[in-house]
Order: sequence, then structure tokens, then C-alpha cells
Amino acid sequence: MSWPLLLCLTLALLAGCNEMGSQPRYDNAEPSALFADGKVLQAPPEGTVAQDQPQRDRALSNRPAMSAALLKRGQERYAINCVPCHDAAGDGHGTVPARGFPQPPSFHEQRLVEAPSRYFVDVITHGHGVMYSYADRVEPADRWAIAAYIRALQTSRNASAAQLSTIDREALGGDRGG
Amino acid sequence: MAQIFTASADTRLRAFFLIMLLVVLGVAAFAGGLADSTYVTMVGWFRDQPVPFSHQHHVQGLGIDCRYCHTGVETSAQAGLPATHVCMTCHSQVWTGAPLLALVRQSFASGTPLEWNRVAKVPDYVYFNHSIHVTRGVPCVECHGRIDEMPLTARAQPFQMQWCLSCHRDPAPHLRPPEQVTQMDWSDWERDPQAHKDYGALMVQAYGIEPDKLVQCNTCHR
Ligand code: HEC
Ligand code: HEC
Ligand code: HEC
Ligand code: HEC
Ligand code: HEC
Ligand code: HEC
Repeated sequence: MSWPLLLCLTLALLAGCNEMGSQPRYDNAEPSALFADGKVLQAPPEGTVAQDQPQRDRALSNRPAMSAALLKRGQERYAINCVPCHDAAGDGHGTVPARGFPQPPSFHEQRLVEAPSRYFVDVITHGHGVMYSYADRVEPADRWAIAAYIRALQTSRNASAAQLSTIDREALGGDRGG
Repeated sequence: MAQIFTASADTRLRAFFLIMLLVVLGVAAFAGGLADSTYVTMVGWFRDQPVPFSHQHHVQGLGIDCRYCHTGVETSAQAGLPATHVCMTCHSQVWTGAPLLALVRQSFASGTPLEWNRVAKVPDYVYFNHSIHVTRGVPCVECHGRIDEMPLTARAQPFQMQWCLSCHRDPAPHLRPPEQVTQMDWSDWERDPQAHKDYGALMVQAYGIEPDKLVQCNTCHR
């Protein structure tokens, strides 16, 4: 064989090298041949306590101080997790109940207006009747934020005009005296 | 001694070289075209799924936020696909007898996860991270397209290196307010470019984004 041919062959073989292209790696939720159940994500052994468990427990048992940031966070998390059923105003006329899901109660019922904030945190943590628990989707601190936002929704129905700022009252078209 | 080459041999040799050149160019053009074709980049090709899950029904129809199901998207590298019990949050009560959802109920009862066919995926040698993009306000629609109009999920962008780089070189025009990343329709924003003309540039400054660093190989290949 002449050397140009050899060179061409080596070049052709080089093109087959793709060291970079094959660097297999396990990502979350991929299948795996390593484990009996075929999953990459293995459940922790029974009795395992997460490192941040004490922190989470503390976040769950201590109610954070009310603040504008807390309300904002609560509004966002409420929109993500609760609005499909409870609707943006908390009346329970979401899109999912409209398609046949059982109707949730309105947050403006007397019973729920009188319920302590902790009650909402507990419902999010443990679920209630046909409503599933959101413990795996809503972090403890966010549960308090949502509870705070529900409080704000409830207040919005019961606030007297006198409690509003002048700017808000003007925006609503009321007279300055309230 | 007789002539080895006929008079036309020279012409034929030239023709042969020309044809070889055309073949090589043709193959190169074909390979290049193929690499950019939707057949390879998978753009716009719907994938069959074990359960015909429709983003159109759930996102546009029911108004469910992406983060209801893709819970990891703000905090981790992977957005994550929802566990079966997330589907059952609603489907324990609606469409309970539907044959379409038989596999979902079966998966819930047996504890074996549903096996979705992946649509949006980069090779394993690439490190992608959702949380950094989402917290900086790169909206989902920028990379995944109008998911809310897809009855079956398809890839919207060619996940090629040049595509990542084209944004990393100049991310400013792609940035939006981070609290609205899951919004799909930005026509309001784009209708009046003057109103937001400085937003991106200001955000690049505020977050300290350095495009020079974003295009270094080890940002994505480690
Ligand atoms: C899939 C629909 C759905 C979603 C999403 C949902 N809920 Fe509910 N919720 C319900 C239904 C239905 C009920 C009534 C349950 C019953 O009485 O069996 C309910 C009841 C409640 C109650 C009242 C319990 C009582 O004492 O009557 C509270 C409080 C509540 N939900 C809070 C929330 C919060 C906070 C979220 C968001 C993290 C949320 N829900 C998300 C459907 C939903
Ligand atoms: C009701 C739950 C739900 C909601 C809400 C939802 N998704 Fe999904 N998403 C899924 C499921 C289930 C899959 C897997 C099946 C498929 O690919 O269609 C998926 C797949 C995807 C994929 C393809 C992933 C892959 O590699 O296969 C992308 C991208 C995606 N979703 C983006 C979004 C975006 C963006 C939104 C918000 C506009 C959204 N999703 C809202 C449940 C949901
Ligand atoms: C927040 C509530 C909710 C969640 C969560 C949810 N669905 Fe649905 N889904 C619905 C409702 C309501 C309908 C009926 C839609 C309609 O009538 O327009 C539906 C319809 C469907 C259908 C019927 C075909 C269609 O698209 O209309 C399929 C299949 C389906 N869902 C699969 C899933 C899967 C898989 C998941 C989990 C990833 C899931 N759903 C999570 C509420 C939900
Ligand atoms: C900068 C581009 C970009 C943005 C913005 C983006 N994604 Fe992705 N997404 C990707 C890429 C690239 C992949 C493939 C990742 C991989 O293979 O590891 C992906 C994968 C996914 C997947 C499937 C695999 C996984 O990561 O679990 C889902 C679901 C998803 N994205 C949802 C979303 C949602 C929801 C948003 C908005 C909140 C979003 N993405 C924003 C580029 C993006
Ligand atoms: C639409 C714009 C856009 C696209 C497309 C995009 N990115 Fe990014 N990316 C960004 C922005 C903005 C940042 C944030 C930079 C910062 O805060 O320093 C970022 C950051 C990153 C980081 C983290 C860098 C660090 O400093 O740790 C990685 C890794 C990354 N991108 C990978 C990718 C990959 C891989 C793709 C293609 C699959 C991609 N990106 C596509 C805009 C984009
Ligand atoms: C913003 C992220 C990003 C950066 C920065 C980046 N790459 Fe890539 N690279 C990718 C992605 C995504 C792919 C996968 C493309 C595909 O699947 O077609 C890729 C693919 C490649 C491949 C192809 C591997 C193969 O087997 O096909 C090579 C080679 C490569 N990159 C080298 C580099 C080098 C060298 C640099 C630095 C100059 C670099 N990359 C910087 C995202 C990046």
C-alpha cells in the first residue's frame, strides 16, 4: 500500500473516534441497570433523616413575621399550587372544579376566616378530604407564605374603606373622606 | 510502442476529478444539511408518549403553571418530570375511568414510574442548569417554545452548541422579569420594544453577567 492511501485510511479511522460524544452519566429519574428496581434515584434506607430536617421542622412550627416579601412569595406560590382549584380570589371556582373536580370551599366562609393560619399550613402539609397533601411540592416556609396570602385575600373582602390609603381610595373612585 | 492513453483520456481524467469534487462537496453539504435538519435536531417532531399528555389542555386550557408539575426548575439543574401522584392529585377525581389514563392509575397503584420518552435533552457531556437561567429571567418559552400550544410535546429549538452560544454571547435581549418566566405569550412585551429597550442591558449589569465567561468551554463541558 502506498503512503497516501494509508494516510487516507488513518484519517477515515480517526473520524470514527468520538471520545467526547460518549461520556454516559446518570441524571435524575433516568433508568439504571445497576439497581434491582431499575431507577437511578434510590429511596433512602428506612430511618434516614435528612440533614436539613431540623431546619424544616423549625420552619414548619414557627410562624414567620408578616412582611411584604412574605406576602409576595405567598402570592406567587398560591398562584402556582392552589389557583387551578381555589381560583385567584379564593372562592373555589377554579378551572379544575369546572371540569368535574369536587368543589372546594370558599376561603371567605366564616369558618375559614376564623381558622388560625396554622390550620392552612396543616391542610397544605397533610391534605384535606379529596385534596392531596402538598408537602412534597411546597416547602415549609412557603406554606406559611401561602397562609399569609390567604389571610390577605380574606381581609380584602372585609376591609373597610377607612383602612385604605388615600391613593387606593382615589383609585377605587371613592370620595376623599372615605 | 502503441499509445497507452487515447486522445480523450485527458478529458476523461478531468471529468473524473470534477465529479469527485462534486461528490465530496455534495456529501459535505448533505452532512451539514442533515446535522441542521429537523430530522437530527428533532425540532417540531412530536414524540409518542405512553400516556398522551397534553400541555395544551393542562397549561392553556386549565391555566396550570409549569412549576406545578416541573417543581425543580427554579432550584436545581433539572426541571424534573412530575411523579405519578401529581397527576393523581386531579385524576383521582376527574377522568377516573378514562382508558387514556389507565397507565397512570396502574403506575400509581404499583409504584412503578411512568416512562416518558424524552423530548428536550442535551448529550451527557453537556452540563445544563435550569435554575441559573430561570432565576436570571430567561423564560421557558425562549428554549421550549409554545409548549402551551402542543397537544403532544415536541422540541422547539435545536439544542446545538451554536444555539446556546448565540444567546450566551449576548443574553440581554432575552431577559425578562424573573417572576414571569413561565409566561408563554410575550407579544405584549415585543409590541413596544422602546419601553423595555434598556431592561436587558440593566439586568446584565445588575446580575453581573459576563458573556466572555459564558462562552468558555468549561461553562458547559466539564
Ligand atoms: C386539585 C384541586 C385543589 C388544589 C390544587 C388545592 N386544593 Fe385545597 N381543596 C380542594 C378541595 C376539593 C377541597 C375540599 C376537600 C374536602 O372537603 O374533601 C379543598 C379544601 C381546602 C381547604 C379547606 C379545608 C376545610 O377545612 O374545609 C383549604 C384551607 C385548602 N384547600 C387550601 C389549599 C391550598 C393552600 C392549596 C395550595 C397549596 C390548595 N388548597 C390546593 C382542592 C384543591
Ligand atoms: C400537569 C402537569 C404539567 C404542567 C402544568 C406542565 N408540564 Fe411539562 N411535562 C409534563 C409531563 C407529564 C411531561 C412528560 C410527557 C411529555 O413530554 O409530554 C412534560 C414534559 C415537558 C417537556 C419535555 C421534557 C422532555 O425532555 O421530555 C418540557 C420542555 C416541558 N414539559 C415544559 C413545560 C413548560 C414550559 C410548562 C409550562 C408552560 C409545562 N411543561 C407545564 C407535565 C406538565
Ligand atoms: C391540576 C389538575 C390536573 C393535573 C395535576 C393533571 N391533570 Fe390531566 N386533566 C385534568 C383535567 C381537568 C382534564 C380534563 C380536561 C378537559 O376536559 O378539558 C385532564 C385531562 C387529561 C387527559 C385526557 C386527554 C386530554 O388531554 O384532555 C390526560 C391523558 C391527562 N389529563 C393526563 C395527565 C397526566 C399524565 C398528568 C400528570 C403528569 C395529569 N394529567 C395531571 C386535570 C389535571
Ligand atoms: C436556556 C434555555 C432553557 C430555559 C430558559 C428552560 N429550559 Fe427546560 N430545558 C433546556 C434544556 C437544554 C434541557 C435539556 C436538559 C438535559 O438534557 O439535561 C431542558 C429540559 C427540560 C425538561 C426535561 C428534563 C428535566 O430537566 O427534567 C423540562 C421538564 C423542562 N426543561 C422544563 C422547563 C421549564 C418549566 C422552564 C421554565 C420555567 C424551562 N424548562 C426553561 C433548556 C431550557
Ligand atoms: C436565551 C438565552 C440562553 C440560552 C439559549 C442558553 N443560555 Fe445558558 N445562560 C444564560 C444566562 C442569561 C445565564 C446566566 C449567566 C449569569 O448569571 O452569569 C446562563 C448561564 C448558564 C450556565 C451557568 C454558568 C455559570 O456561570 O455557572 C450554564 C452551565 C449554561 N448557561 C448552559 C447553557 C447551555 C448548555 C445551553 C444550551 C443548551 C444554554 N445555556 C442556553 C442564557 C442562555
Ligand atoms: C453554552 C454552552 C456551551 C459552551 C460554552 C461550549 N459548548 Fe460545546 N457543546 C454544547 C452543546 C449543547 C453541545 C451538544 C450539541 C449537540 O448535541 O448537537 C456541544 C457539543 C460540542 C462538541 C461536539 C461533540 C460531539 O461529539 O459531537 C464539541 C467538540 C464541543 N462542544 C466543544 C466545545 C469547545 C471546544 C468549546 C469552547 C470553545 C465549547 N464546546 C463550548 C454547549 C457548549
